[in-house]
Amino acid sequence: MASPSPTAPEHRAPVLARRRLVTRVEPSRLATVLVPCAAVALTLIGGTLLFALLGQSPTIAFHAFFIEPLTTRYGIGEILLKTGPLLLIAQGLAIGFRAQVWNIGAEGQLLLGAIAAGALALALSHVQAWWLLPAMMLVGTLAGAAWAGIAAWLRVRFQASEIIVTFMLSSVALQLLYYLVSGPLRDPMGMSFPQSALFHDAALFAPLMDGTRVNTSLSLAVIATAVAWLFMQKSLPGYRLQVGGLAPAAARYAGFAERRAVWIGLLVGGAAAGLAGVAEVAGPLGLLQRSISPGYGFAAIIVAFLGGLHPLGIVPAALVMALLYVGGDMAMVSAGLSNATTTLLQGLLLISYLACSLFGSHRLVRVDSLTVRP
Amino acid sequence: MIDLLAFLLAGTLAAATPLLFAAMGEVVVEKSGVLNLGIEGLMASGAAAAFVVVASGGSVGAALSIAALAGLVLSCVFAALVLVCLAHQVAAGLAVGILGLGASVQIGKAFEGRTIAPIARIDLGALSELPVIGRAFFGQTPTVYAGLVAVALVWWFLNRSRAGLVVRAVGESPSAADAIGYPVALIRFAAIAFGGVMAGLGGACLTLAYTPLWADGLIAGRGWIVVALVVFGAWRPGRILLGAWLFGAVSLLELALQGVGFAIPSQLLSALPYLVTIAVLALISRDPRRLRLDQPVSLGKTHVPRA
Repeated sequence: MASPSPTAPEHRAPVLARRRLVTRVEPSRLATVLVPCAAVALTLIGGTLLFALLGQSPTIAFHAFFIEPLTTRYGIGEILLKTGPLLLIAQGLAIGFRAQVWNIGAEGQLLLGAIAAGALALALSHVQAWWLLPAMMLVGTLAGAAWAGIAAWLRVRFQASEIIVTFMLSSVALQLLYYLVSGPLRDPMGMSFPQSALFHDAALFAPLMDGTRVNTSLSLAVIATAVAWLFMQKSLPGYRLQVGGLAPAAARYAGFAERRAVWIGLLVGGAAAGLAGVAEVAGPLGLLQRSISPGYGFAAIIVAFLGGLHPLGIVPAALVMALLYVGGDMAMVSAGLSNATTTLLQGLLLISYLACSLFGSHRLVRVDSLTVRP
Repeated sequence: MIDLLAFLLAGTLAAATPLLFAAMGEVVVEKSGVLNLGIEGLMASGAAAAFVVVASGGSVGAALSIAALAGLVLSCVFAALVLVCLAHQVAAGLAVGILGLGASVQIGKAFEGRTIAPIARIDLGALSELPVIGRAFFGQTPTVYAGLVAVALVWWFLNRSRAGLVVRAVGESPSAADAIGYPVALIRFAAIAFGGVMAGLGGACLTLAYTPLWADGLIAGRGWIVVALVVFGAWRPGRILLGAWLFGAVSLLELALQGVGFAIPSQLLSALPYLVTIAVLALISRDPRRLRLDQPVSLGKTHVPRA
C-alpha cells in the first residue's frame, strides 16, 4: 500500500492533503521506546499544569511529586515496594490483553488472593514452619485464578463479556473482604476493629533492604517477568495466543482455539493478581483489613499498556507508575495536594500513551507516493 | 405492606433514573459502532460537578448544565483518542474513566460528606395521594419523568428518524457509510458527545435527586452497570428501560429487606446488584445468534478513514 507506484494523474489525491497517515505493517522499533517516553514527558508537563491549576506552586509540587521520592532511601524503598505488585499484575494482564482478553478486574483477583492467603495464615497461626509462606502463595495464586476463572467460564459457556464480569466480580470481592474482616476473620482481641489478628513471622516475607519496607516478594515480580518473556516471546503457546488476538479468523483457521485463549488469558492474569495479593498481606500489611490495595489492579492495566504489552517494556512502566503512587503520597504531605492527584495523573498517563501511540502504529507518508484506491 | 409496596415502586423508578440517562446516551454511542467504557468516570464527574454547584448556592439548572459540560468535555477527550488517534476503544474508555474518577474526587474534595436539599417532587394533589401508585407515578422529581422522555426520544431517533438511520448505518458498516459519503468520524463524534452529555446528566440525577450527598465512590459501579444494561436491552431503548427498572428494584431490596428485619449480611446485599448483573448478562448472552442480530457489527472496532 505504501510502496510508490506509477499512477495516472487523475488518481492522485488533492494537492491540499500533502501528507497522510498510513498504518505501519510492523510497529517501528524506535517508536516502541519513544512513544512511552513521550507519554511520560507529556504526563509530567500535564501534571505540572494541573498543579498550577489547583493553586499549588508548580515547582514545589513537581519536586514533591517526581523528585523527592527519588532522593531518599525511604522513597526508593517505597517505589520498589509498589513496583512489586504493579509489575506482577501487569505481566499477567498483558498476556491476556495480547490475546484481546480484557480482564479489568485484577483488583478483585488480588483481594481473593489476599483473603485466601490471610485465611490460611490465621487458621495455621500456631504453625511456625518454613512451608507456611509457600502454602499461602499457592492458595492465594489459586484463589486469584479461580476468581478470574468464573469470568472465563461465563465467557466460554455463555459468551458473557469478560470486561463487565471481571469488573463486577471485583466489586463483589470487596464486599466479601468487608464481610470477612468484620465477621469470621475479625481479630477476637481487636476491640471489634474490622481487621484480623496479626500474622506470625513465618507467614511474612523477609525484609530485603534496611530502613525500607521492601521485602523478598519483589523477587516474585522479577521471576514473573522472566517467565512472561519466555512464554510470550519464545514459546509456541504464547505465539498462538498472540495470533488469536491479532487475527482471530486466521487463528481459527490454524486451529488455535479462541476458548483456550480466554481461559489462559484470564487464568494467568488472575493467578498473577492473586499472588500480588499474597505479597501485600504477607508483606507491608501483615494482616487482613478493609483496605488492602490502593487500586493496584486498575493501575496495572495502565502499566501493561504503557509497557507496550511487552514483558520487558512493562518493567520501566511499573517503576513509573510506582513513582506516581509514592509521589502522590509525598505530595499530599509536603505540597498539600489531594489523593485525587495520583488518579488524575494515572488517567493522563494512559491518555497520553494512547495519543502518542498513533505515531507508533502509523506513519506520515507523502500523498504523491501513495496509490489512491478507487 | 401497602406502604412497603408504594416505597418499592416509587424508589425503583427513582433509582433507575441515573442509569437510564447514561444508558440512553451509551446506546446511541454503541449504535454508531463505538464502545465507551468510561461511563463510570463521566457519571462521577457529572455527579460531583452538579453537587458542587448546588452546594455552593447555584441553581438546579446551572448544576445540570455544568454536569452536562463535564460529561461533554471528558467524552471529547475520548472522541479525540478513538477518532483522531485511532486508539483502541477499550483502552481509551478505561483511560477517560480513570481521569473522570480522579476529576470527581478533586472536584468534590471540599464537599466530602456534605448534603443538599434534593430537587422537589412534583405534587398533583389528589393524584399524588393515590395509594401505592400515587407516589410512584404522580409524585416523583422532574428528573424521573425526563428520563422516561429521554427513552421515548432516543427510541424515536434510532428507529424513526433519518439521522438515527445514518447513525445505525455507521455502526453496522463504517466503510460502506464512508463510501457513500457520510462523514463517519463526525457522526461518531456527535454520538460520543451526546453520550457524554447524557452520562453527565445521569450523574447529576444521582446527586441532585436520588442521594443528595457527595462522597468519594458514590457512583459505585453504576457506570459499568449501564454498559451491561445496554447489552441486556439488546441495544433497544424499551428493553433497556426494563433493565434499568430491574436494577432500581435490586438496589432498593437492600433498604427494603433491612426494613423488614431479615438477618442477611449487609455486604451480601451490597454485592447483590453486581451479582444480578453477572447473572442476567450470562442469561442474555447465552444465545449467540440473538447477540449477532442485535449488536452493531462494527462495535469496538477502529475505523481507519480511507487513505
